[in-house]
Amino acid sequence: MVLLTLLAAVAIAIVRQRSLFGVVLLSGIYSFLIASVMIVLDAIDVALTEASVGAGVSVVILLATLHLIKTTEAAHTRASWLPIFVSLGVGGALVWGTLTLPPFGTPDAPIHRHVAPYYIENALRETNVPNIVSAVLADYRGYDTLGETVVIFTAGIGVMMLLRGGKRRRSEDDKAEDAS
Amino acid sequence: MKFDLILRIGTKLILPFVLVFAFYIHFHGDYRPGGGFQGGVIAAGTVFLVAITFGLAAAKRIAPNWLVEFMVPLGVLIFAGAGVAGLLMGKNYLDYSVFSANSATGHELGILIVELGVLITVAGTMTALFYAFVERGR
Repeated sequence: MVLLTLLAAVAIAIVRQRSLFGVVLLSGIYSFLIASVMIVLDAIDVALTEASVGAGVSVVILLATLHLIKTTEAAHTRASWLPIFVSLGVGGALVWGTLTLPPFGTPDAPIHRHVAPYYIENALRETNVPNIVSAVLADYRGYDTLGETVVIFTAGIGVMMLLRGGKRRRSEDDKAEDAS
Repeated sequence: MKFDLILRIGTKLILPFVLVFAFYIHFHGDYRPGGGFQGGVIAAGTVFLVAITFGLAAAKRIAPNWLVEFMVPLGVLIFAGAGVAGLLMGKNYLDYSVFSANSATGHELGILIVELGVLITVAGTMTALFYAFVERGR
């Protein structure tokens, strides 16, 4: 509950903040809070990913992006009401959708009765790997992880081509100033 | 940050530990939370740290452009190649039981291999993205 309150506070601060530098730092804090929520929910693997990617790498890459653009957000000329209706509508629909879900943590919810018992019973015997999350990710769901790796590969190639394509690369031994 | 003594010495001190931690996260992903993805991100983080503290040229000495760009497809090839190995041995694609006589040990080994592929691609891509953004600004 404390974490969720902090999350809401950080989200409001991000919306109110005009300096993009502050927004980037606040989004790092937001990621750490999400990671803490994941730890509370016992999803350590997800928490580790969120902390390293969300709070670590993406903050650095966003800062590198700020290096390229202006660091203050342009003030809105007029308030527009359509976006807030859209987000309230979508948010309301999502909340309405959760109303009919089984209560959180119910052992006989459908999601816990499909393939999860099989993994829990057989993962150690079939793969020799005590961490079931790793076994499911890399072995039982190997195709998905392969596709995910290809997605990262494609995204990286795409960004490299976009950012480098337009202009000729400078010589490597330029006197390097500070990168941050 | 060129003359910030504490930052420079501190970075030098923790760098090896961060890199070892990245590989620990990967190789110990079988027993504890973690895996190739997280390990790759942390390994890329060491390059970021060097680039922020010592400048881009120092980072390029550790991870030059050709190495980073080589790592991006290499990881995918390792992952896909691990699948093809299954095909060549007469099993299904991505069936890791071919890596060892004992099926379970083969699966364990296969998971390590594909996670290594994920680590290489993720570390390479993250570093390449960082370089692309930073170089664009200069």
